[in-house]
Amino acid sequence: MAKKIIPKKTPMREQPPKERAKNYDEVPYGYSEKEAMQEARRCLQCKKPICIKGCPVEIDIPGFIRFIAEGNFRGAIEKLKEKNVLPAVCGRVCPQEDQCEKICVLAKKFEPVAIGRLERFAADWERAHGESSVPKIPRSTGKKVAIIGAGPGGLTVAGDLIMQGHAVTIFEALHKPGGVLVYGIPEFRLPKAIVYREVDYLVKCGVALIVDFIVGKTATIDQLLRDFDAVYIGTGAGLPWFMNIPGENLNGVYSANEYLTRSNLMKAYLFPEYDTPIVRGKRVAVIGGGNVAMDCARTALRLGADEVHNVYRRSRKEMPAREEEIHHAEEEGIIFDILTLPVKYIGNENNWVKEMECIKMKLGEPDASGRRRPVPIDGSNFITPIDTAICAIGQSPNPLIPQTTPDLKIGKWGNIEIDSETGKTSKKGCWAGGDVVRGGATVILAMGDGRVAARSMHEYLTTGVW
Amino acid sequence: MYRILKREQIVPNIHLLVVESELIHKNAQAGEFVVVRADERGERIPLNLVDWDSRSVSMIFMALGTSTYKLAALKVGDEIATLAGPLGKPTEKVQGKNIVCIGGCYGIGALYPAIRMFKENKNHITTIIEARSGLLLYWQEELRKYSDDFYEITRDGSRGFKGHVNDFLINYIKKNKTDMVYVQGCTYLTYLVSQTTRPFNVKTIVGLNPIMVDATGMCGVCRVIVGGETKFGCVDGPEFDGHQVDWDTLLARRRVYLDKERYSLSFYECERYG
Ligand SMILES: Cc1cc2nc3c(=O)[nH]c(=O)nc-3n(C[C@H](O)[C@H](O)[C@H](O)COP(=O)(O)OP(=O)(O)OC[C@H]3O[C@@H](n4cnc5c(N)ncnc54)[C@H](O)[C@@H]3O)c2cc1C
Ligand SMILES: Cc1cc2nc3c(=O)[nH]c(=O)nc-3n(C[C@H](O)[C@H](O)[C@H](O)COP(=O)(O)OP(=O)(O)OC[C@H]3O[C@@H](n4cnc5c(N)ncnc54)[C@H](O)[C@@H]3O)c2cc1C
Ligand code: SF4
Ligand code: FES
Repeated sequence: MAKKIIPKKTPMREQPPKERAKNYDEVPYGYSEKEAMQEARRCLQCKKPICIKGCPVEIDIPGFIRFIAEGNFRGAIEKLKEKNVLPAVCGRVCPQEDQCEKICVLAKKFEPVAIGRLERFAADWERAHGESSVPKIPRSTGKKVAIIGAGPGGLTVAGDLIMQGHAVTIFEALHKPGGVLVYGIPEFRLPKAIVYREVDYLVKCGVALIVDFIVGKTATIDQLLRDFDAVYIGTGAGLPWFMNIPGENLNGVYSANEYLTRSNLMKAYLFPEYDTPIVRGKRVAVIGGGNVAMDCARTALRLGADEVHNVYRRSRKEMPAREEEIHHAEEEGIIFDILTLPVKYIGNENNWVKEMECIKMKLGEPDASGRRRPVPIDGSNFITPIDTAICAIGQSPNPLIPQTTPDLKIGKWGNIEIDSETGKTSKKGCWAGGDVVRGGATVILAMGDGRVAARSMHEYLTTGVW
Repeated sequence: MYRILKREQIVPNIHLLVVESELIHKNAQAGEFVVVRADERGERIPLNLVDWDSRSVSMIFMALGTSTYKLAALKVGDEIATLAGPLGKPTEKVQGKNIVCIGGCYGIGALYPAIRMFKENKNHITTIIEARSGLLLYWQEELRKYSDDFYEITRDGSRGFKGHVNDFLINYIKKNKTDMVYVQGCTYLTYLVSQTTRPFNVKTIVGLNPIMVDATGMCGVCRVIVGGETKFGCVDGPEFDGHQVDWDTLLARRRVYLDKERYSLSFYECERYG
């Protein structure tokens, strides 16, 4: 081989753990131009780049990386934007280790190309150097599309359809667009300014954004269909689950959604400059092993907790959170109580949680998900003092739209059923995708679904054939 | 941003707020509420809809803490950052019943759309409004319009019957056939009335006011225990059967942020008045 391969990814500088555990600034700093070009040169520019197969929106990965290697950063971002309307977001939060980077040929012997970091670099470079001009929007088709939910899925559909000349309106229930990117994922992982910038770009392209509009209440889908030719439902999975154990309604017991919404969307970490309060617990237990749990734990630390425990019923190996998130949490001092399941919260005389009773678990036979099933160890119960508990065990779709749209076919988890080739629901003129279909999934899958639906919607809008 | 068409103190500490909206009236029904946020740094707080038309929605609120103080400072032409709704489940429709409707503090206003709806559905309406003193009672004219009988109760006897609503209600129920009691107001009032009607086994619907954030079923802060089951106040309610509500949990959960709310108010007053 002509080229000698550097075995490891170019490291990315980060805020030191001790320091960052006290602030809301982003943790990794991103690559410099030099670092990015160095990393980009690790890419072999494969003739048959298999990494692309790992990308749900099929970004031309070697294509954009080649531009970076050549120092043509504008070219890189334009290449990325051909397929991905939210590169600054995806470069930060996509699980590349399970997607493109997992199958990159380098990964067989070395560390894969740092595709995610390079994507982030290109997007950040554009942010710092001024945006490419707004593309020319084709002539109006006269067709009107309503998009419900301004999460990554809805935003993708909006971007794709406005570029086809359709009139696009996004209806969002909250007072800010962005979905989980804004109300869920914390500032230190994804600065909100990045999301708002991407939304502003769509608005500049002509997308109308209406916030404070709760579809199912302010207007039903049937009412929207009187004014719009097609509807995309991208309302996410916003209904938080609880464990249904005693004491869950005590004061100090949060759902992850409440905790994160207060902190992120309502900026409770800036209380009292912002009006929304949040409990600043000293001994915090976060239940669950996914990205959501990691975000809660790291938020609790930044809100001033002395000790944050992550309580997870399986072992570290089964944790669904991204490796990078677990690693960051560990570095910052989150304590992992694995193979542990809360069975009860105990309150004081004022109805505040003061203790949590847990049981130890061991791993048994694999379950339907292929992961080994956790089974309780009899008699291993123990009690630990806490003043805040955050339940981050999952969520399912909000029932507001299903309840008010009788002819929409709903699955047994409250998810909307679609045809996966087109994103079509059982209701004529309505498409759906993202977390409302999949349950809690990922940003890029929501965007991939949006892309598939947008294609089918465009076809319907131009041919009229359902 | 949403423009204020009117903001007026109608009795001490209780204000009427009329906000421009051409949207919310379309689906609005009795028992529903809106979420408002005074400014970019504000909290999202729920307020009952008391009236609506093709141009605006109206709310009545009591100035208690930072959010409602901010609203109380609004002038005509000012704008608020958020107005979203209608939210919650509408009041259940019944027909041909004898209904006693009880309102206190801001709940006097919140009664208005409910009794209008009950009347349209051909029920017999007895309305009771109560306050510490006569000068805290309001909207008598509006409420009378849809009421068959109308009573005022004040604790100091300055107007109407002197005493507490429960004494009056016990007497009333003993003498008059009562199919249902409907209550809007602070948690203490809704609790008190529910306890009063329980021995008589008269169905009692209460508008609850748990703490809320999104008010769309996304965060779960509004959970209340009803009939032993956890419900989300914002989407399963806010109206529930008062005999089924776990009042201890509701009262305790309303106090989660008490110290912070006080701190927030002193911070706000400091910023505003120096
Ligand atoms: C804390 C947290 C951390 C995460 N971390 C990661 C990560 O690191 N990487 C990753 O890939 N994924 C992550 N995820 C998952 C990812 O965020 C979601 O899969 C993704 O956002 C789903 O996108 P969506 O467009 O389907 O819906 P959402 O992002 O949920 O957006 C839905 C939008 O619809 C709005 N809406 C809902 N109902 C209505 C209605 N009736 N009317 C109008 N609007 C409505 C909502 O307010 C919301 O804005 C995380 C999720 C959470 C909660
Ligand atoms: C579905 C629903 C409908 C509502 N409708 C109305 C309405 O139409 N008009 C209205 O004025 N309010 C209504 N409320 C209550 C209102 O949302 C709160 O009063 C408001 O959030 C207070 O915000 P704040 O920041 O001004 O006060 P905070 O700072 O939150 O509270 C200040 C102090 O007042 C106490 N407090 C707060 N709310 C109440 C209350 N309702 N009764 C007694 N003490 C209280 C707090 O515990 C605290 O000590 C409703 C609540 C719900 C859930
Ligand atoms: S598989 Fe890896 S080395 Fe090959 S083109 Fe993709 S990123 Fe480059
Ligand atoms: S207020 Fe958040 S779920 Fe009810």
